Amino acid sequence: MNVWIAIGVTAVGCYLVKYLGLLVPAGALERPLVQRLAALLPVALLAALTAQQTFSDGHHLYLDARVAGVGAAVVALLLRAPFLLVVAVAVAVTAGVRALGG
Amino acid sequence: MERTPGPEGPPSPERTPSPAAPEHPPGSKPRSAVIRDALGVGIAVGLSGFAFGVTASGAGLTVLQACALSLLVFTGASQFALVGALAAGGNPFTAAAGAFFLGTRNAFYGLRLSGLLGYRAAVKPFAAHWVIDETSAVTLAQPDRRSARLGFTVTGLSLYALWNLTTLAGAMGAEALGDTEAWGLDAAGPAVFVALLGPMLKTTAERATAGLGAVLLLVTLPLLPAGAPVLVAALAAPAVLWAEGRRTRTRTGDAPSTTHTGTTDTETADTGTTDIGTTVTGVTDAEKSTREAGAR
Repeated sequence: MNVWIAIGVTAVGCYLVKYLGLLVPAGALERPLVQRLAALLPVALLAALTAQQTFSDGHHLYLDARVAGVGAAVVALLLRAPFLLVVAVAVAVTAGVRALGG
Repeated sequence: MERTPGPEGPPSPERTPSPAAPEHPPGSKPRSAVIRDALGVGIAVGLSGFAFGVTASGAGLTVLQACALSLLVFTGASQFALVGALAAGGNPFTAAAGAFFLGTRNAFYGLRLSGLLGYRAAVKPFAAHWVIDETSAVTLAQPDRRSARLGFTVTGLSLYALWNLTTLAGAMGAEALGDTEAWGLDAAGPAVFVALLGPMLKTTAERATAGLGAVLLLVTLPLLPAGAPVLVAALAAPAVLWAEGRRTRTRTGDAPSTTHTGTTDTETADTGTTDIGTTVTGVTDAEKSTREAGAR
C-alpha cells in the first residue's frame, strides 16, 4: 500500500510541475538565482543518491561488490561509453565480483 | 548515443515565429532531418527503460507498480530515485519528496518550450506529460515552430512508447531471473545516476555541489530515518550558491572583465546523451546570467 501511495504522490507531483512550466508566463521563474538553483539541485540529489545506493543498504554504510561495479561505471563514463553501456558495465562487474566471492 | 546540439538558451522573440509565419520558412529544417534526430534520441533513451524495469523489480516492486511509474511519472531520474528510496524502506512521502525535487527541473524546460511550441491551452495538459530532458533537448534545438512541434511529438511518442515497453520487459525479465543481486542488477540504479551526473560536472560549482551532497548523505545516513538524508543532501545546492554569491560580491569591482562568453563552452561541451546536453546548457546559461548579474 505504501508503494502505491508513493507512486500516486510522485505521479501527481511530477505531472503538476511539468504542467506548471508550460502554464506560467515566461519570465516568472527566469531570475538567475532561481535558474541556478534549479540547475544545481539535480546535481546535489544525483550525487547523494549515487553515494546512498553505492555505499549503503539504506540504513547502514557498508562496502560490497557494488562499489567495484559503480567504480567501473565511472571508468566507462570517462572513456565516453554510451549510457546503456555504462549501466551494463556496472552490472557485469558487480555480478563478476560477487561470483568470485566479493 | 546520438549527439544532438544543445539548445541555445531560452527561446527569444526573434527565434519564435508568430503563428502567421509561412508554412515553410526558407531557413527551416527538412521534416525528415527533424524526424531522424527525434527518433535517434527517442530510441536510444527509450531502451534504457529496461534498466528501470530491472531496478524496480530488484527493489521489490511488482511488474504492475513498475509499469505504473513509467506510464504516470515518466521522468527517468525521479523514477529511479523513488524505487531506490522505497527499497531503502523510507516512508512513502519522504521517498516521493526526493523524486519530486528531481522532477522540478522539468518546470524550467516547460518555461522554455512554451513559447517555441505555442500550443493552445487545451493541448497543454497533454503535452505536459512529455516535457522531460530528452524532448526538451530535441525541441529547443529546432529553428522554428513547425520543426519544434514535429521534434517534440516524434521524440515524445517514440520515447514514451519504448520506455514503457522496455520497463515491462525489464520488470518481467528480472522476475524470471529470480535473485537480481546475484546478477549484479542492484548496481544498475547507482550506475544510471553516475551516467546522468558525470556530464553535469563541468564547473567547480557543480563539482562542489556533488561532493558536498555525497558527504552530507554519508554523514547523515546512519543518524536520520530512511529517505531524510537525501533531502538533507539537497541543501548542498543552496549552500554552494550562497558561497558563490559571497565570492562574487567580494569580486564585484573587477567583475566586468571576467564576464565570460558562455556560448563557446556550450557549443563545444560534450553532450554525451541529450538529456545531459540540456542540463549542461541550462547550467551554462544560468551561470552566465548569474555572473552578468554580479557584474552589474
